[in-house]
Amino acid sequence: MKFPAYLRSLAAKLFHRSQIADEMEEELGSHIQHRADDLERSGLGRAEAERRARIEFGGRERIKEECHEAMGGNFIDTLIQDVRFAFRVLRKSPGFTITAVVTLALAIGANAVVFGVLNALILRPLNVPQAQSLYGIERGSDKAINHSYPDYLDLRDRNRSFDGLAAYNVTPVGLDTGNNPSSAWILETTANYFEVLGIQPYIGRFFHSADEHGPNSAPYIVLTYAYWHSHFQDDRGVVGRVVQLNKHPFTILGVAPPEFRGTIMFVCPDFWVPLVNQEQVEGSYVLDARGNRGLLMVLGHLKAGVTPAQAIADLNSIGSYLEKTYPRDDGQMTFSLARPGLAGDWLGAPVRAFLTGLMLLAGLILLAACANLGSLFAARAADRSREVALRLALGSSCIRILRQLFTEAVLISLIGGAVGLWGSVVLLGGLSVWRPLPTVPLNVPVYPDRNVYWFALLLALGSGCLFGAVPVKQVLRTDPYQLIKSGSTVRLGQRITVRDVLLVAQIAICAVLVTSSLVAVRGLSRTLQSNFGFEPKNAMLLETALNMAGYSGDNATAMQKRMIDAVETIPGVESAGLVDRPPLYYGANESNVFTDQTTDLGPSHAAFEAMIYNISPEYFDAAGTILLAGRAFTWHDDEKWPRVAVVNREFASRIFGSAANALGRYFKKKDGTRTQVVGVVEDGKYGSLTEDPQPAMFFPILQSPSSQASLVVRSNRDPQQLTAAIKSTVQDLDAGLPITIKTWNQELDGALFASRTATVALGVMGVMGAMLSITGIFGMAAYSVSKRMREFGIRVALGAQRTEVLQAALGRAVKLLAIGSAVGLLLGILATRVLASIVYQATPRDPLVLAGVVVAMSLLGLVATWIPARRALSIDPLVLLREE
Amino acid sequence: MTDQAQLLPGTLDLLILRAVSLGPLHGYGILLRIGQISGNALLIEQGALYPGLFRLVRQGLLKASWGTSENNRRAKFYELTAAGRRRLREETDSWNRLAAAITTALGVQPEEI
Repeated sequence: MKFPAYLRSLAAKLFHRSQIADEMEEELGSHIQHRADDLERSGLGRAEAERRARIEFGGRERIKEECHEAMGGNFIDTLIQDVRFAFRVLRKSPGFTITAVVTLALAIGANAVVFGVLNALILRPLNVPQAQSLYGIERGSDKAINHSYPDYLDLRDRNRSFDGLAAYNVTPVGLDTGNNPSSAWILETTANYFEVLGIQPYIGRFFHSADEHGPNSAPYIVLTYAYWHSHFQDDRGVVGRVVQLNKHPFTILGVAPPEFRGTIMFVCPDFWVPLVNQEQVEGSYVLDARGNRGLLMVLGHLKAGVTPAQAIADLNSIGSYLEKTYPRDDGQMTFSLARPGLAGDWLGAPVRAFLTGLMLLAGLILLAACANLGSLFAARAADRSREVALRLALGSSCIRILRQLFTEAVLISLIGGAVGLWGSVVLLGGLSVWRPLPTVPLNVPVYPDRNVYWFALLLALGSGCLFGAVPVKQVLRTDPYQLIKSGSTVRLGQRITVRDVLLVAQIAICAVLVTSSLVAVRGLSRTLQSNFGFEPKNAMLLETALNMAGYSGDNATAMQKRMIDAVETIPGVESAGLVDRPPLYYGANESNVFTDQTTDLGPSHAAFEAMIYNISPEYFDAAGTILLAGRAFTWHDDEKWPRVAVVNREFASRIFGSAANALGRYFKKKDGTRTQVVGVVEDGKYGSLTEDPQPAMFFPILQSPSSQASLVVRSNRDPQQLTAAIKSTVQDLDAGLPITIKTWNQELDGALFASRTATVALGVMGVMGAMLSITGIFGMAAYSVSKRMREFGIRVALGAQRTEVLQAALGRAVKLLAIGSAVGLLLGILATRVLASIVYQATPRDPLVLAGVVVAMSLLGLVATWIPARRALSIDPLVLLREE
Repeated sequence: MTDQAQLLPGTLDLLILRAVSLGPLHGYGILLRIGQISGNALLIEQGALYPGLFRLVRQGLLKASWGTSENNRRAKFYELTAAGRRRLREETDSWNRLAAAITTALGVQPEEI
């Protein structure tokens, strides 16, 4: 009853402002007339009666003001007034306004961008119904995400906790829709994939569990909306069409809805194909091998009412059954659950850690910006103390003045926030369509949503209130009489003020940022210089997916041999060698290794796991891998000859003690094959740049053929010419063979992507931090110099030397800078431990980094204090004293 | 004039409600009515009436409409709403209790303790 009336009054007040003012005027006038009528009746003349009536009535304007207040809606009125005034004040000092807005726009923009990415990758679940109960299954203590198909089947059929379990895998394929063979990236999934996720088709239908009847029984394709849009021009007639996938006929069943793009967030697949057709898709069928753990990931919805802990217990009981039943293949079968989307904790954990760290840094930047603006505001408030004092003396209340100052602060922060948000929306939009690596469908949709907008708004309001609050105490202390009497008095004693603390905090934050970005940059440059175990310079990678062109078995091997021979005849080519999967190429094949004496080949008896590479004889030459002892392979090391291997130094020293010892000795592969070591090569990087030395073994490709192999071509020729030459040579052999040719360095972009991104992100943060500390120190130094000009003038007049003036002017700023930098450096060293997991060889205990931080901070100090120092030195006491 | 009592804070609203409860009145009329029913014993600054009136309208206790006064002038007339009537009843009760308690307390003689 009360509230609607209030709202009505408020609305009336807002929409009929002038009408209300008129009515109020009329009502008060009517009162005075009535009173005058009475007075007139008592015998006064009309004019005198009206005069008396007006006097008795009291201060009309004040009463009107009180009436407005009593009517409510006054808040809005005052707000509009304050905002107008704030705009006027801010327009009068454009330098201050622009500095403040830009500072805030950068700080809030950085936060919005980082939050946008964080929101898209971590906070926002996969775009499927009931995403909250969707979990991926991880195995063992190292949280492996890959499972073998038979294990998956056991988990799917024996568990009592999930509504259903689906498995999926990413792989490239060749697609021919009639005229143009092109390669595409797909998700190979179990046929129940869409049922388990609860997705409905956009057009056509999806494949179902009922479509699976053993190997190659379901040659079906479901397109993503994006691929349908870009490659089939939204043609609804595409359903039922037969296309050639790796030269096998597949039928397009339907199209998935636009908002669903698979279950790996950072991969945008082109279409889905049933996993049972693995042989046609990948060239080999390993779904019946329990020990073969490719990249098959498993996910499913928990049944209603089942907790994750119950589900884990359920899975573990299946695990112990599997361990007992298949001791040869199933080692540690304990399970855990993770959010799907970021390939579980394998990628999820470092991404989460890095983004959280980045968010923290961005938050620090905003804090630093607030500290910066806080001291600017305090300085402004001090400059405006006369205005404040005047307003107080004229009867304004403290609250009203503070409200005005807050309005200014919030106005600035809102404008800054809007600009920052606009920038971040543009940037996030760009990131969303960005495909950092040309050959891999790596792409993260980080379009900003409502969360991001709210976040930016909250940040803007919060920071406005934060730095607006800094001058509060100052205003409350203002004594108008003192101030107007004696002019502004600046107390610049040795007392530590809030502004000093703010400045130190800000500089410390900036030093943290500078330290971490230097650590990252240094780590990256070391990474680039470290020994990969091969020489990517002057090497090209020719990728031939022979299985996509219909080659298999002996056929493929013969074709590979012909390709090597043909490429080696190209002028300028020094050597060409095959490797089934180049090192540092998105994951590596690993397998257990056993000593020659081991008879029980269960996983628990393995000596260690080693990387496997199947190579042609010339590979080491082509890759630039140095042979330390023994021999490389020859084309005679084929299936008819004893099994041989070349191992790396780490492998040799782990199993045989040393490289020299290893030659001629034997070890056993997982299938029990005795293999003789004929050569030892240097160590290298295989899975990732950050790994510790890993054992690796190389087998002759003739003894273990692979139809998917890359040809490493070493040559000093210009890459572009060479690419053309290789292309025409290979197409002479088979015109229908899909090939991609890149320099090896381009290929490594993928391996370096994470550390590069981290370095760029940290570098940007570091630069922003540095800019903030420059403006912060500059502001403080400039302000204190301008406030003490008169004092310096007197000092100079009394004979002070230039150094003394300088010391007096800037000593404090320099001292604060030193303290802040020291604190920041210490904190930075602690903080960069987190970095070590992402950026290889990132260590803050590096004299170069330490020196770099000190130099950087000193430079910042120099730049920031340069102008105030010049100003302090240029003081002419005569001019100054005359002016004051 | 000097023997008029100062108003206690908050009592003006109660007096306005009471004055208006006896029939619709314009602002000046309310002032006169308060003087009449209180025996001219209370000192009220004329202008101070209006913020009170606007506040009561905002609270939904009074409603206002323009009309013509006995002096043949345009004036804004106030009357009680249902909520205003209820509020007047409550406030009157609580005032009476308070006044009785204070009167009793002040009237106590030493021998009565």
